[in-house]
Amino acid sequence: MDPVRADLGGVAADPWQGFTGGCWPDRIDVRDFIQSNVTPYTGDAAFLAGPTERTRALWSRLIAMFAEERSRGIYDVDARTPASITSHAPGYIDRERELITGLQTDAPLRRAIMPNGGLRMVENGLAAYGYQLDPAVREVFTRYRKTHNDGVFDAYPADVLAARRAHVITGLPDAYGRGRIIGDYRRVPLYGVGRLIAAKRAEKAALDARPSTAEVIRDREELAEQIRALGELAEMAASYGHDVTRPAATAREAIQWLYLAYLAAVKEQNGAAMSLGRTSTFLDVYLERDLRAGRLTEIEAQELIDDFIIKLRIVRFLRTPEYDQLFSGDPTWVTETIGGIGRDGRPLVTRTSFRYLQTLYNLGPAPEPNLTVLWSPALPDGFKRFCAQVSIDTSSIQYESDDLLRARWGDDTAIACCVSAMEVGKQMQFFGARVNLAKTLLYAINGGRDENSGAQVGPALPPLTGDVLDYAEVTARFDTMMDWLAKTYVDALNVIHYMHDKYAYERLEMALHDYGVLRTMACGIAGLSVAADSLAAIRYATVRPVRDEDGLIVDYVTEGEFPAYGNDDDRADEIAVWLVRTFMDKVRRRQTYRGALHTQSVLTITSNVVYGKHTGSTPDGRRSGEPFAPGANPMNGRDRHGLVAAALSVAKLPYSHAEDGISLTESITPAALGRTREERVGNLVGILDGYVTCGGYHMNVNVLDRATLLDAMDHPERYPQLTIRVSGYAVNFVRLTREQQLDVVNRTFHESV
Amino acid sequence: MTAGLLQAPAAPVATATGSVHSWDISTGVDGPGTRFVVFTAGCPLRCAYCHNPDTWSGRTGQRMSAADVLDLAGRYRRFIGAAGGGLTVSGGEPLLQPAFTRALLAGAKDLGLHTALDTSGYLGARADDALLDATDLVLLDIKSFDPAIARRVTGRGIAPTLAFARRLAARRQPVWVRFVLVPGWTDDPGNVAALARFTASLGNVERVDVLPFHQLGAAKYARLRLDYPCAGVTPPTGEQVGRARAAFTAAGLHAI
Repeated sequence: MDPVRADLGGVAADPWQGFTGGCWPDRIDVRDFIQSNVTPYTGDAAFLAGPTERTRALWSRLIAMFAEERSRGIYDVDARTPASITSHAPGYIDRERELITGLQTDAPLRRAIMPNGGLRMVENGLAAYGYQLDPAVREVFTRYRKTHNDGVFDAYPADVLAARRAHVITGLPDAYGRGRIIGDYRRVPLYGVGRLIAAKRAEKAALDARPSTAEVIRDREELAEQIRALGELAEMAASYGHDVTRPAATAREAIQWLYLAYLAAVKEQNGAAMSLGRTSTFLDVYLERDLRAGRLTEIEAQELIDDFIIKLRIVRFLRTPEYDQLFSGDPTWVTETIGGIGRDGRPLVTRTSFRYLQTLYNLGPAPEPNLTVLWSPALPDGFKRFCAQVSIDTSSIQYESDDLLRARWGDDTAIACCVSAMEVGKQMQFFGARVNLAKTLLYAINGGRDENSGAQVGPALPPLTGDVLDYAEVTARFDTMMDWLAKTYVDALNVIHYMHDKYAYERLEMALHDYGVLRTMACGIAGLSVAADSLAAIRYATVRPVRDEDGLIVDYVTEGEFPAYGNDDDRADEIAVWLVRTFMDKVRRRQTYRGALHTQSVLTITSNVVYGKHTGSTPDGRRSGEPFAPGANPMNGRDRHGLVAAALSVAKLPYSHAEDGISLTESITPAALGRTREERVGNLVGILDGYVTCGGYHMNVNVLDRATLLDAMDHPERYPQLTIRVSGYAVNFVRLTREQQLDVVNRTFHESV
Repeated sequence: MTAGLLQAPAAPVATATGSVHSWDISTGVDGPGTRFVVFTAGCPLRCAYCHNPDTWSGRTGQRMSAADVLDLAGRYRRFIGAAGGGLTVSGGEPLLQPAFTRALLAGAKDLGLHTALDTSGYLGARADDALLDATDLVLLDIKSFDPAIARRVTGRGIAPTLAFARRLAARRQPVWVRFVLVPGWTDDPGNVAALARFTASLGNVERVDVLPFHQLGAAKYARLRLDYPCAGVTPPTGEQVGRARAAFTAAGLHAI
């Protein structure tokens, strides 16, 4: 059967039975479907069900495989088959027991190769774990088929190569998939692939009237690819016995269809972040319908969600150990956005929002999916308390300000990766990693020369001659250096995303977007607190540069006190605000590929360790090679007035100049939240309410004792599921390198006074 | 105008100054919710197990006006308003500087903040009614009920503290009693039971915090080159803490 041509007439009316209409039946509009059918839930967590025997059995089978995966690095890989939506035969964990089916390859934890992003990444990834690429595949991707990685290096200008080599611009998605695109996977269960293909054909046909300019030709080709990908999705689903050409008729089908749509994306794209979107309240409409009709019990509803989450927990990509080192462990950023408030003031919290969080109890804590709660003081109290309780018990949730997001991007916004907001199905981003602002400051001081290699990387400025650094002089030079940085950086990103669209286009994910999508150019900065504190030191203390025999400034002697970012002290915090604004303004002056809207994040992922390693001593007293603070965090140990003062410093960074997100990671000991469990829950709710009220954007919350982490370093076998939030996502603590573990342990833990 | 003059407090907020050791924002330690906590410098007691010996001397504090401290606290009004919490004056011993403490508490009330006073009660007589009127909650640290134990632990008697406790009871002022359980120093079962009976008799004690002694203060003694009488003391086991808590619960109190 050609799934694309499947006859929808007979079943189209049935699957929507019991749903309330609106605009959504007439056009592709999932938000309108949710708004018309959501049943907000304002109660507490008492209704939730624990895991069934079936769930336990399925999960424990995987747990045994995880141990092997941890010891070998990867469990298994198919080194012969370049992955596509339809490349692999169906795979199962335990066919009898699975409620929701579908795997990336034909076996669980068996990774696929995806050479379109770059062949080197694939080859190195295989070699690192003792595998070899099939020579035929190698020949195809060297002789006949170019990769994204090849394209980028054909077009990079010399400036970009130098900045990249010197680690002043880093982490660029030029050798791997860019990710951070969220397909609106909900469209598949709601409308069925047949209807979606028809809509895409109409969009393409509308372009026939337009003159065939380069832009229009590209759009037509992309739409053709999208239609093809939707057809492949239906074919892949059929191999598992599901007809996704028609809309889903039950909750179980809705979850299955949605998962198959997501699966098609992760079968083909090894993106840096392959996020899921905002699915819990959408699926709740289906679960509610079946519960009301008596077709489902709460235990069964939870079981379906548990099964779905198990699938999301075993998404795997083949990556190199260097990549894993940069990002700590093996993250996939299957970010799922939960909660928030609708534009009309109704909470978008449903029972299924609770059910998703409940998986952290039913299956134990885990870094994936990256559960992200959109927080507002207006959320129902029962939900707030459950979130806080789950955070205290599992350290597996992150929070983002629903108040800021709703005002900027609307109430159907989801987070991609860590902190990047996008309206689902209407917006995507060009992921841009980040520049090293602290190193750029050192370039300003050294006239564009690298403090480690001595090489001239940035524009040459005359050497500084004085014995003491002068604030006005340094900031003027810094301004010049940031101009160069912004120019070089946006240049690099334009090349990357041109080539990614050309050689590794996300066909399926973009098929689940509207035509006429809003694109953002997501720039980013690292080392904000180091740069801000260094400037504060130059301004408020006495900083004497130390030169080597070549006149290169390689160290600093800082005398006297200076205010540090992270203490709610405006003297230092205003410098950080200035840096964020200034660099953003410079980025905005650069033309972007496809007219993308400029945005910026203050986020390091966990690369704060690697950035620090490549950055010399800084005027704030940080020694050469020492890690930066993660994201927008104050430097470790310099926030001396506790969590709230630190958080308020971070909240001063203007979201309007960092619309790709501002990340704050906090670790609190349980005792610092109160003496009883009740009290701790109430106090954590209070802290989140306070932070969002004061304009805070994002907070990772860890509730842990340092002693637990130290014990886990010595006895990893006792803590297989210990999860800790890092910058914008969570990691399995025992999978971190020792260096990264130490970085986490050495961070400020807010303890009782 | 005239009415205002008649009601004017003895020490106007703006002019009262005091010696401040430090300030902090903390959660769940110094009263309910998230609080701006001012630690005043100077204390008449020398508790053997004190974990903040750096607050003993009033001379080492920073001279600040109440208005300056309240400006600092005011920065957090929005946060605290959303989070739930307030302002706590702690120490050292706040009642060593009653005018300053009164100005802080009254000023915080004017900011709309819940107020708490963390005191040993030893100088309770110095707290006038205006000060207590501006205090929503007293965190009363009763070191011991037995006077001999109290003298051994603090170097002073316990009678003034107990008198202050009775005065707060007469005023029906909400109180949280805090009792630090130090093995070998304060944990005599007779002493704990007597303190529980006394506390229960007051009628205004909302909760009792049984705080297990810890060794986090040891480093400060070393840094200040002070003898640390509790150097060899092992923190109480969970079981020991549970027994003390049970003594308060048995007396009908809410102990945690």
